[in-house]
Amino acid sequence: MLAFAILIVIIAACLAAPWYAQNISQSDPFASNLDGSITLAGQPVDIMQSADTGFGVTPIGPTWTQKYFLGADDQGRDVAARILFGGRNSLLIAAGATLICLTLAGLIGIVAGFSGGFVDSILARILDILWAFPVYLLAISLSAVLISRGLKLGPVTIDSDSLLIPIAIIGIVYVPYVARPIRGQVLSLARSDFVLAAVCLGVPRARILWKDILPNVITTLIVFAPLMMALNMLTEAALSFLSIGVQPPAASWGTIILDGEGLLYTRPAVAIAPGLAIMLTVVALNFLGDGVREAFDPRAKIRVQK
Amino acid sequence: MIFLVLLRRLAEMVFVLFSISVLVFLIFFATPGADPAARIAGRGASPATLAAVRHAFGLDQPLPVQYGLMMKHLFITQDLTSFVNPGQLVIPAVLQAVPVTLSLVFGAAVIWLIFAVAIGVTAAALRGSVIDRSLMFLAMAGVSMPVFWLGEVANLITQARFHNTVLFSWVPALGYVPLTQNPLLWFKSLVIPWTVLAVTYIGLYSRVLRANLVEALTEDYIRTARAKGLSERQVIFRHALRMSLITLVSMFGLDFGALVGGGALLIEVVCALPGVGMLTYQALQNLDLPFIMATVMYGAIFIVAANTVVDMLYLLIDPRARGAR
Repeated sequence: MLAFAILIVIIAACLAAPWYAQNISQSDPFASNLDGSITLAGQPVDIMQSADTGFGVTPIGPTWTQKYFLGADDQGRDVAARILFGGRNSLLIAAGATLICLTLAGLIGIVAGFSGGFVDSILARILDILWAFPVYLLAISLSAVLISRGLKLGPVTIDSDSLLIPIAIIGIVYVPYVARPIRGQVLSLARSDFVLAAVCLGVPRARILWKDILPNVITTLIVFAPLMMALNMLTEAALSFLSIGVQPPAASWGTIILDGEGLLYTRPAVAIAPGLAIMLTVVALNFLGDGVREAFDPRAKIRVQK
Repeated sequence: MIFLVLLRRLAEMVFVLFSISVLVFLIFFATPGADPAARIAGRGASPATLAAVRHAFGLDQPLPVQYGLMMKHLFITQDLTSFVNPGQLVIPAVLQAVPVTLSLVFGAAVIWLIFAVAIGVTAAALRGSVIDRSLMFLAMAGVSMPVFWLGEVANLITQARFHNTVLFSWVPALGYVPLTQNPLLWFKSLVIPWTVLAVTYIGLYSRVLRANLVEALTEDYIRTARAKGLSERQVIFRHALRMSLITLVSMFGLDFGALVGGGALLIEVVCALPGVGMLTYQALQNLDLPFIMATVMYGAIFIVAANTVVDMLYLLIDPRARGAR
């Protein structure tokens, strides 16, 4: 329950990002601000200060006040505001990818498990192959290609900086992890006594699917949802960190960590804060996942593999 | 009998590897909008240059021919060269990077197994207590950290903020020193990357081990062991732990394969270790297709092999699995 409350707070904070940028930090978190200065304790302070070593400039550190609460990045942008905006993308991508993953996995699992025979062996084979494919390498390969050029499929064109690309990629790469257990579940359901009884009574297959199989599968998918979202969140951060996820000027928690990498030894807050945000969110999602699992089936043993 | 099973698994392995190679090839050479020639020639190249590049790299030939040529150069003649640095051979570069990745993953595996078993057993033995709950919370936190971020934080602490204190003054600068060149420096330079990489897995494995142990402790054979008058220590280590380790063994096989196969990419990038993951990363940065092909295939071979080994081990350990497939 605490986990759920934390998630709500995080989501609300990220939704309030424009309000924060306008009323509290009072700067555009997507425009560089290299010449600006703010007033701190009555003194004007440059946002980009000359470094102690005498070379180059260092952005302002955490002020712990309204403006530049967590300091600025190397473009002089307010990091706290960017984290809130970035959180929107991180959450959106993780949630969107989870939706795609669970829908596809549910569909494939049900079709494979319920139709059996030839269709099943083909689908199971494909899942086996994808299962053996290193997930990170698959996601990275797909991202590297799509991010550099975008995707043109007939009349549909997806720009290379569209959020749809990371959403789709992350959604697809984890499909086998969910589809395989779903297929197994459908297979065993199809052989269970209550389905056999329905078949004997002459209930149409479509109705069995709708009334007997689907509700069970959906329960499993709900249990998977928070765990997959946690996994997707980490994957998105990794892809964005490798600069093949969310593309600038848009931000996500992963890209902000990347921004902070160059400032790591001088202004560590830029990289540390978004990492903490990811960690908090993922811990909350994992605990939520544990809670949901216990609520639905205390004996279930579902483990989302890395 | 076991020989036939082995043969079948081997054939399956080859089939899976073939499928993966085709998939990777299609991703990079046949995705709509992705044109390798345009990438080699650079932005804004004239059509004539493009055509010349296409011809020089054999990209004007039909896709199956291109695929066949690449596989031939990769596996048979083993003289595949980079698109970006003409003349650089791919396979020696990969082979040179393998020891780095192996050093990283081996050390991390030792650390994560020791800590995971210690934490898992402690938590299960004290189940329900405050210690159990805090250990499991820490484990959850470990699983939930982005590994590259943890690496950066570790660098910040050991390379900058606390580098001049007694605690971390021994940490050498980021990078890799071959074991054969200076074993002590090899060890020192890898301790931090090992620890960072191990954290996620300590969290994952200790949670799984605790869950398995707690479940095993309710089984009949444990009651028998207790009834025989064995101490709690003997019950846990001799009986419960043994059964619970089976799951961990199969997890370990898969995770180890995935890490050696390139899953350690993020750590290698953050800690500046020139392993296979770093090679993949660099190849992706400039989309050097032969390198990507080679590193992905190398990774796939490791992962598929690990899958097969785990499956075979299962057949040996657990007779019930023999008829299952």
